[in-house]
Amino acid sequence: MRKQERNSSQKATVTRIIRYIGRYRIYLYLSLILAVVTVLLTLYIPKLTGRSVDYMIGKGKVDFYGVRGIIYKIICCAAITGAGQWLMNLCNNKMTFEVVRDIRNDAFAKIEKLPLSFIDAHPYGDIESRVIADADQFADGLLMGFTQLFSGVVTIIGTLAFMLSVNVKITLAVVVITPVSFLVAGFISKRTYSMFKKQTAIRGEQTGLINEMVEGQRVVKAYNQRAHVVANFDEINDRLTDTTLKAVFYSSITNPATRFVNSLVYTSVGIVGAFSVIGGTLTVGQLTAFLSYANQYTKPFNEISGVVTELQNAIACAARVFELIDESAQIPDAEGAAAPQTFEGHVCLDQVDFSYMKDVPLIENLSLEAKPGQKVAIVGPTGCGKTTLINLLMRFYDVCGGSISVDGTDIRMLTRDALRGGYGMVLQDTWLKSGTIRENITMGNPDVSEEEMIRVAKTCHIHSFVMKLPKGYDTLVSDNGEDFSQGQKQLLCIARVMMCHPSMLILDEATSSIDTRTELKIQDAFGRMMEGHTSFIVAHRLSTIRTADVILVMKDGHIIEQGNHRQLMEAKGFYYDLYQSQFLGQAI
Amino acid sequence: MKSLLVYLKKYRKESILAPLFKMLEATFELLVPLVMAAVIDTGIRNHDRHYVISMCLVLVLLGVVGLAASITAQYFAAKAATGFAGALRHALFDKIQSLTFSQMDTFGTDTLITRLTSDVNQVQNGVNLFLRLFLRSPFVVFGAMIMAFTVDARSAMLFVITIPILSVVIFGIMLTTMPLYKGVQANLDRIMTSTRENLTGVRVIRAFRKESDETRRFRENNRTLAASQKFVGRISGLMNPVTYVIINLSTCALIYVGAVRIDTGILKAGQVVALLNYMSQILIELIKLANLIIQMTKAAACGDRIAAVLAVQPDMENGEQKLSVVEDDGLAVAFRDVSLSYKGNAGCALEHISFEARKGQTVGIIGGTGSGKSSLVNLIPRFYDVSEGEVDVFGIDVRKLDAASLRDHVGIVLQKAELFKGSIADNLRWGNAEAQSQDFEQALETSQAKEYVDKKPGGVGYMLEQNGRNLSGGQRQRLTIARALIKKPDILILDDSASALDFATDAKLRMAIRKMSHSMTTFIVSQRAASVQYADLILVLDDGKLVGKGTHEELLRSNEVYQEIYYSQFPKEAAHA
Repeated sequence: MRKQERNSSQKATVTRIIRYIGRYRIYLYLSLILAVVTVLLTLYIPKLTGRSVDYMIGKGKVDFYGVRGIIYKIICCAAITGAGQWLMNLCNNKMTFEVVRDIRNDAFAKIEKLPLSFIDAHPYGDIESRVIADADQFADGLLMGFTQLFSGVVTIIGTLAFMLSVNVKITLAVVVITPVSFLVAGFISKRTYSMFKKQTAIRGEQTGLINEMVEGQRVVKAYNQRAHVVANFDEINDRLTDTTLKAVFYSSITNPATRFVNSLVYTSVGIVGAFSVIGGTLTVGQLTAFLSYANQYTKPFNEISGVVTELQNAIACAARVFELIDESAQIPDAEGAAAPQTFEGHVCLDQVDFSYMKDVPLIENLSLEAKPGQKVAIVGPTGCGKTTLINLLMRFYDVCGGSISVDGTDIRMLTRDALRGGYGMVLQDTWLKSGTIRENITMGNPDVSEEEMIRVAKTCHIHSFVMKLPKGYDTLVSDNGEDFSQGQKQLLCIARVMMCHPSMLILDEATSSIDTRTELKIQDAFGRMMEGHTSFIVAHRLSTIRTADVILVMKDGHIIEQGNHRQLMEAKGFYYDLYQSQFLGQAI
Repeated sequence: MKSLLVYLKKYRKESILAPLFKMLEATFELLVPLVMAAVIDTGIRNHDRHYVISMCLVLVLLGVVGLAASITAQYFAAKAATGFAGALRHALFDKIQSLTFSQMDTFGTDTLITRLTSDVNQVQNGVNLFLRLFLRSPFVVFGAMIMAFTVDARSAMLFVITIPILSVVIFGIMLTTMPLYKGVQANLDRIMTSTRENLTGVRVIRAFRKESDETRRFRENNRTLAASQKFVGRISGLMNPVTYVIINLSTCALIYVGAVRIDTGILKAGQVVALLNYMSQILIELIKLANLIIQMTKAAACGDRIAAVLAVQPDMENGEQKLSVVEDDGLAVAFRDVSLSYKGNAGCALEHISFEARKGQTVGIIGGTGSGKSSLVNLIPRFYDVSEGEVDVFGIDVRKLDAASLRDHVGIVLQKAELFKGSIADNLRWGNAEAQSQDFEQALETSQAKEYVDKKPGGVGYMLEQNGRNLSGGQRQRLTIARALIKKPDILILDDSASALDFATDAKLRMAIRKMSHSMTTFIVSQRAASVQYADLILVLDDGKLVGKGTHEELLRSNEVYQEIYYSQFPKEAAHA
């Protein structure tokens, strides 16, 4: 039952692959034709060689005319085969790499359209490995399939035909013994599988320990625990060494064993062939041809069994990439959606319901109005839905019930581009792209002039530290800015938004990693930027939000208090408690 | 790479026997064509069926002996390679654990982990392949040539010409493509970065509406990748056709020379067949050899990376004095004109810092991001060495102290809360291997962790996953504090280690630590003014300089930086409310 399901899904994957190949089918046909031609010529050569041996009967009886004829033929065949093989390689290369390129393009295009709910719910590494590693593995498998599977099959059939055309009896001897090498290889690989599994498990255990103890090396040192930790490591290491030895050794028997079976085939051809020559039904030259066929015949079998595993693996990899490509994209922008250039900044949430998981309601019946130019602050304990609110405002997620409107238009009737272009957003999670600092901070407004860029950078307090870097604004940011401190990265993100004059602002813990003194200094830059613009601020530090027009206190997806700082303090409610807890230190 | 050979020493016997047995196998393989020639030239010619059968039995025998030799060789090779890798992993892990903080900074953890795992595996495969093939392949190539000479010297001259030509073609193609493959890898890395960025930065990219720009960039890089792959493919695709043509040309030459030699009666047909056989054996082995060389260069690169770590010498000399603490109220820690600059950084992390902390005092350290707070406390357990000046602990320069004995007296809780797989008790025992249940209780209570630990199934027996990821950030922090407390250190350092705690818990924690012991000297590093306010001595750092030193009242009165920090967190009106 399950096997059937797997078969049918495998078939679907293969059909998809064939469709991708379709654009390059001319290369496929060419490659197939070339495979047939080259294989047949390759097989013809031993026959020619064998015949040449028959022209060399003995002293003084060599037929030089015949030998010379054969030599010319061999040269022609070899030349054609060589050229054919190269052309075939080119076709296969072209097909494989173009197909994988197309698939990768499709996969990436899908990533750009995936709803945030999908991206948030899946580990990045998993999606990434589909686009990179799986696609790569697929390419390897496909290339191997093109180059070896088809020519392998042709070789087997061709060899059989050539052998039959020479002598039936010996052919039968070869056909009967060859499968033994299959059996032997299968037998060994089945035995070694469990050993490799065990090895993988122990290796995983060791990698876990290594990760922990190398990352935590400073703690190990601070506690003088080196001996203890190394002893733990050695215990696993000894087990690993032991199982690895077994796995490596048993799997390495495969080659000698199959080679031995092949030598048996060779010997049987020798015996049967020699008897036939003595009996007069075979010539010495034909025997020579046979011996080299016997060598060639077993090779594609071993190759094909390898290729089949590889191909199955490739299909599985392709299936994983297709799975990503098939994910449903976010709902497209509504037809006739408006795309205003600027906004007044009148934002309304009307009875909004939202939840990430169907059964666990998060935001329920939330209404709120931000008038143009108002500064709205949102506070509350972790998990109360602050960040979710931002997800909804930016339309990273769609509301489950109710509606959100900007300047009176439901945001679902705006294009996403227009809506998001209206907002400037700084998140707690500081993300920088790889590229220069200049590229990063002018991301939203690439045409900004040099003077303007420096002016904004100065107000964000990044100019002086950027100028200290070896290449100033052209310094490369790598690995998400590993070389910068968290605070510096946050300042860069702030500069990035300040560069593009948005109509509305969203600041989600935008200054959490900046020390309070610097924060105070860029506060007024922020203040100037927010002037006349509607802004939403999420902050941990209550000092940051005291000046807000409206403070929303959220808890468990509801707004439990609303008002300005003074009103909320006078109300002595949740906000009051939260605010006072900052001063607890004074009691001691 | 060479320096790693010492780890193979223990397997000297295996490393010698493996290639020898491989050679033995190859010898038997080389005999096969000769036996076949005998079958043709003697057995068939004389119509001697017995001779044919006995010769074929010899072939089977050669096969069996070859199989036995080969399996023996594989065993020795596997044993030497895996044993070598095991010893190497041990040595490398031990080395990493011995690196100093500044050396860890230079390497970075990611690359060290890669070296311990995949690099060692690559080297293991390399050694295994090397032991199996490095003697065998050249042996077969030259063996075949020599065998050809034994058959007929004049014909064998063809081998002398063919082998170098084939070698040039095979190695030439490989050497040309190797750097090209590196280029392909670099292109692949580029699209990988692009993909990862579009996942990690999805919110920013969409907020800035960069989807189409990013797609264009990806497509461009993807096209470059495919083009580079095709280019390499075109060159490496030459290998098979060209060698095929060369081998067949030599075969033709061999046929012609053979024909002449037979005509003059020097050679027999079977011998020509044997020569043809040797020719094809050479091709197969040369290709194997070339592949082996590729594998070996890869393994050697990995080996070099490993050797680089193993070659690192400690950059800190251990002192000899053992630390002993006398019961008095003398100085616990003294900084005397200390400056510190990290390797590879131009500026100073700390500049001319001097202060003294008496036993039992609480010292608060406050300052902005990057002001040098952590750098300062890291000098106390000698995680780094000062560039100038001197750090004294209980009156002795830390450089004169045995590092282990110094660290036994210092409990430091680092910014990043690191816990390890194992029970909570196992983790706490890092601080004190002999800790009993009342010690656990006490430490957990003081660190404000008791409440949640008691709620866990099994209490202190509760198993933590790797890095303690089944605890929340705040829970982890409290547990790392407990781990330091259970040591009953003479000096306790909390390096911003309460940042994930709310203000109330933070306050309770500080109160409990204060009550714990009167002789313990405590350093509290924080960005929160509230956390250091009640310390006996507050150090104010700004950009690596000590700009203020004193009590809260003194500093609030006269120190501008402290005032700024304080009032940014406690606006004037609120503080007076």
